Amino acid sequence: MATAPVEIDTRVHYLNVSYGIKSWLLTTDHKRIAILYMVAITFFFLVGGVAATLMRIHLIEPNGAIFEPGTYNKLFSTHGIVMVFFFLIPSIPAVLGNFLVPMMVGARDVAFPKLNLLSWYIFMAGGLLVLYSVIWGGVDTGWTFYTPLSTTYLNSNVLSAAIGVFVAGFSSILTGLNFVVTIHKMRAPGMTWFRMPLFLWSIYATSVIQILGTPILAITLALVAVERVFHVGIFDPAVGGDPILFQHMFWFYSHPAVYIMILPSMGVVSELIACFSKKRIFGYSFVAFSSIAIAVISFLVWGHHMFLSGQSVYAGIIFSALSFAVAIPSAIKVFNWTATLYKGSISYDAPMLYALGFIGLFTMGGLTGLFLATLAEDTHLHDTYFVIAHFHYIMVGGAVMGYLGGIHYWWPKITGRLYNDAWARLAAAIVFIGFNLTFFPQYMLGYLGMPRRYAIYSPEFQVLNVMSSAGASILAVGYAIPLVYLIWSMRYGPEAGPNPWGAKGLEWQTPSPPPTENFEQIPIVTEEAYAYGAKEVQVG
Amino acid sequence: MADHHSSVTWSHQFEDAGQQHEAASLGMWVFLATEVMFFGGLFCGYTIYRNQYVAGFVAGSHELNAVIGAINTAVLICSSLSMALAVRAAQLGKRISLVSCLIVTILLGLTFIFVKLYLEWWHDYQHGFAPALNFTFAGPNTRSVELFFCFYFLMTGVHALHMIVGVGVLSVLTVKAWKGRYGPDHFNSVEIAGLYWHFIDIIWIFLFPLLYLIGGRY
Repeated sequence: MATAPVEIDTRVHYLNVSYGIKSWLLTTDHKRIAILYMVAITFFFLVGGVAATLMRIHLIEPNGAIFEPGTYNKLFSTHGIVMVFFFLIPSIPAVLGNFLVPMMVGARDVAFPKLNLLSWYIFMAGGLLVLYSVIWGGVDTGWTFYTPLSTTYLNSNVLSAAIGVFVAGFSSILTGLNFVVTIHKMRAPGMTWFRMPLFLWSIYATSVIQILGTPILAITLALVAVERVFHVGIFDPAVGGDPILFQHMFWFYSHPAVYIMILPSMGVVSELIACFSKKRIFGYSFVAFSSIAIAVISFLVWGHHMFLSGQSVYAGIIFSALSFAVAIPSAIKVFNWTATLYKGSISYDAPMLYALGFIGLFTMGGLTGLFLATLAEDTHLHDTYFVIAHFHYIMVGGAVMGYLGGIHYWWPKITGRLYNDAWARLAAAIVFIGFNLTFFPQYMLGYLGMPRRYAIYSPEFQVLNVMSSAGASILAVGYAIPLVYLIWSMRYGPEAGPNPWGAKGLEWQTPSPPPTENFEQIPIVTEEAYAYGAKEVQVG
Repeated sequence: MADHHSSVTWSHQFEDAGQQHEAASLGMWVFLATEVMFFGGLFCGYTIYRNQYVAGFVAGSHELNAVIGAINTAVLICSSLSMALAVRAAQLGKRISLVSCLIVTILLGLTFIFVKLYLEWWHDYQHGFAPALNFTFAGPNTRSVELFFCFYFLMTGVHALHMIVGVGVLSVLTVKAWKGRYGPDHFNSVEIAGLYWHFIDIIWIFLFPLLYLIGGRY
């Protein structure tokens, strides 16, 4: 461990090496590109969040408080498209992955820095197109673009939105490509595969999904666009096409996409649990391979979205069984994290609160996923709020908690400053409470039979809906507070030093903020990841 | 390790030229994996409807000119040979040979595109086979024949688009090769462009029988 204080103030690092908007927009430094992504996805998170807020306000009354049903359709479509494709999918890979992957492998940059910048521009082009689509005219297909609704029956901006998502997909592919090559070919001397931090394993698994899954989404949306423009019958039964084929192709990407969202969060949580328990992660190779297992199985379970679509019953049985199989690697992670906590010297800093929140909420989200993977149970719960609650426990309770935990953990590295810990813990608690109040009632609503995607509902569901809306307002406060103290810390926070958490990992051995090329010289790795404990005393 | 020939350079993020070479090759292979999935979606859709509408797809296929398709296949296979020779020439540092191989490859590629777009697509359009534009097929299974032509235009269109990109890339390489940028120590770009070019050829090798040779015509 580096204990010598680092030279202060005059040191040149990646943030002060050059100034001006041009130095940012033309940068090829992976750390600056990470920040470009961070700004962009924070903006998209606000857009998606505003749409969600309006929906929750609308649903306070059974007949709908504010909007026409058509407007409500546009709101949930906006929320879904923006949050899935422009916040969740790029969130941890493009922000934390970009910042950390080269540093964690001990390299100066990713393998293809220009391609990395290009990915951001492609992402922004797709994002702005979608933004145009949802603001001028709107889209009302939902984020799933189901045919023939999207190709024949709707007159909203389906085409431009689909093209926007299509374009953004290439950004996701290129980011994944960059990470796979970086992890394969750019590891520092001594950084063997089994000395890599688990974050890298999960980013690697995520990248494989991005590389193999996203092209299928691209071609599917291209076919939708062709069908919409030329009215030929690829998916439209009226002209000989098969709408179920669209669902197969869409979910072949979009189910693995769920793991694009959650796997990186699992990687973050592995880092957090080890650091704040000051213990080696329990069962390192099991946790590492469970990421790969999730990536592989993710491609074999898409049919569980289609149990009621008319697909073959036998296919349904196979998909059901395979979906249960995902529980195994997921449980391996949860059990190993908990085992890591056992007899650890645990400190409850803000990132750790998010990590612990993740474990609880992800477990609930995962277990309710098993309800939905059960054929008979799904017949009752399909397209109800139970599904909404289930995947929000995974995506918000899991992926977003992981993202926030990661941002809090690496913020001192990114900015070189410490934020106010008390406020951060308070915000984490508010997020946890607000989240549960928002989404737990939705499990009950779904079980009682309230369908998703309707602007109105039966009066007996009102109490739970009001609880959910109240929770959403608490959640919004929880998300707003970090924005304030994190920005505040950039100017007024105390200097963080290279390693404020006493963490292991190459990224903590370089100053904060790191120099442009990350390390003064390429490090040589001599120990496994998470070598906390006795070894530390000897080496330190 | 760093004491290479002074002429060999590599980008700052790499330790040496060897690492850069390995990274670039792996990058192209990964990219080709995404391309396999991208075309795979189309092949999957084709396969499903081919089995669902056997008669219509066979009838549609019989409207294509398999002789022209076969000639184009031969043209592409020859272009793969000249591309492979170009890579070899780059490795051996034979500048003139490299430039001529690249030009031959480009010309064969342009021939393919010309035959595809003018002799086939334009012909098909004139005979009323363009779905949604002027489709007027007289006979049974009109709809599934239209679906066949839909896939025909999509698959050959996406393939032709890749060809055009490939020709563009090879043109840039030719200019650089003329300036003597490639040699035994730095033939990376030529090799990687070659991978891409061979990949497009392989796609066509699958497209040709699927689109032209179904239904036991010959």
